[in-house]
Amino acid sequence: MNIATLIAQRVALGILSLFLVSILIFVGTEILPGDVATAILGRSATPDAVANIRRDLGLDDPAIFRYFHWLASFVQGDLGVSLSNGQDIAQSVGRRLQNTLFLAGTAAIASIPLAVFLGMVAVHYKDGFVDKFISMTTLAAISLPEFFVGYMLILFFSMTLGWFDPIVSLNDSMSFLERLYAIILPVMTLTLVVLAHMMRMTRAAILNVMTSSYIETAELKGLSGGVVIFLHAFPNAISPIINVVVLNMAYLVVGVVVVEVIFVYPGMGQFMVDHVAKRDVPVVQACGLIFGGIYIFFNLTADIISIISNPRLRHPR
Amino acid sequence: MNSLNFHTIPWSARIGMVMIVIMVFLGIAGPWIAPYTNAELVGDVWEPMFGNFLLGTDNLGRDMLSRLLYGARITLFIAFVATLISFTMGAVLGFFAAVQKGWLDQVLSRGNDTLMALPTLIFALVVLSVLPANLFTLIMVMAVLDSTRVYRIGRAIAVDIEALDFIEMARLRGEKKSWIILHEILPNALTPLIAEFGLRFSFAILFLSSLSFLGLGVQPPAADWGALVKENKDGIAFGISASLVPATAIAILTISVNLVADWLLSKTSDLKGGEG
Repeated sequence: MNIATLIAQRVALGILSLFLVSILIFVGTEILPGDVATAILGRSATPDAVANIRRDLGLDDPAIFRYFHWLASFVQGDLGVSLSNGQDIAQSVGRRLQNTLFLAGTAAIASIPLAVFLGMVAVHYKDGFVDKFISMTTLAAISLPEFFVGYMLILFFSMTLGWFDPIVSLNDSMSFLERLYAIILPVMTLTLVVLAHMMRMTRAAILNVMTSSYIETAELKGLSGGVVIFLHAFPNAISPIINVVVLNMAYLVVGVVVVEVIFVYPGMGQFMVDHVAKRDVPVVQACGLIFGGIYIFFNLTADIISIISNPRLRHPR
Repeated sequence: MNSLNFHTIPWSARIGMVMIVIMVFLGIAGPWIAPYTNAELVGDVWEPMFGNFLLGTDNLGRDMLSRLLYGARITLFIAFVATLISFTMGAVLGFFAAVQKGWLDQVLSRGNDTLMALPTLIFALVVLSVLPANLFTLIMVMAVLDSTRVYRIGRAIAVDIEALDFIEMARLRGEKKSWIILHEILPNALTPLIAEFGLRFSFAILFLSSLSFLGLGVQPPAADWGALVKENKDGIAFGISASLVPATAIAILTISVNLVADWLLSKTSDLKGGEG
């Protein structure tokens, strides 16, 4: 099949699943037994007050009508108005989304080269100490809650050493470097969370290539282990590695939610969690769809990259 | 799996099992062995460890050890029940889709893909913003979201088994689909599913802890370990490590579960994606 057709199919599938996710978010908040109006009013919900709120929010219109209205405004950048403070959601979310992407992006820049490098080192010292270390850190990474890692880092780097602030605050007067310095601890936390998986997959991808006969040829030529791994095996393992990296970036954007709460970071995750507690449904819907969109985008990118980097698809017979 | 000899179990898995047994015992016996009740104010706020109280006191001056012991039960209970429901639901639907095939399989699988297209935590946040905050909601949200993973694995395993001769024999004998699922597929799928159960259980513990840490899980006055972390997290900025005590308890529990799950997975890996 033509490569362009394949990619077009994937993109169409991505848009379709984004559409389905938007329906899911809408259904999840509007049709489930919990009622928005009662949720807002809490214990003070009298039938009259509920009726008033329902009318104000347009909840008496048919659900399908409300869904398309919501989606159409969302696509045009109108995210609606927050229930809890009456502010324009797009405005409050915009800055926070930037902060979140700044944090997740920095974590990606820090963790990806490190993971790939360590993965190559692990191939070089296969079955030795490094391998044991990798399986230990992988176990730790899937077992330790993010707040455990985050608080350990705070206690050590902020309290014992006094290097960084335990609470991250960003403001407009800060230079880029100051901002970077401020987010070092959350970046370290995120890095530790995603590092092991990327490292392990890099190692597996390279090891997979290492059994090929051209690697044997390179070894028989007398090339050193490092050269074989870096110049011969790595380039051919790059497509699965990129795939894993992109999938981890999707995870980063989501994993950022808990990390933001740990460091009281002014990002979108913290914002969303606050508004879930306030039962501010329009804000939660907007944040959910943005997070979902980013997640789907990265997954789609991973798919497309693996299509492009597959030589059998690139050169069809 | 017949050669399940104690001596062949690696040390890591043995340690994990012992730790799990201890945790479960503490979860059951917690309230009786706790030195205080979980609501009693017994000392100053955030007293250090190994002083008047073995694990110190919390943000209100309650005994941390007692709160941990009371919290063990609710943490284990919610995580276990959620995993159990998630497994029953995911496996039954997954088996059913594999045996039934056709449009029903398509509808279930595409619906499952859609649920999985949204990150679990984000979806949980969206749903929890409208649902009433109680234990039932929490368990069901955890179970439904997790069952998507179980469905995918259960279906894949069942599709493999479904292609084998003895299923064809059962079909020709005229057995019903429900009979085939119960008597042929379930026994053969059990081993890989049990290993998966361990992984999902450890994930459920972490997921519950995260939700409670965000203030959206177990609601006060009850407190699971994640909620204990949340209660004490403000101390961290002053160098008070009280919230690390429950966080460490969570870490020990999930590491133990993963040690056992790892071993089970390595024992059953030949059953998955292999010949069958």
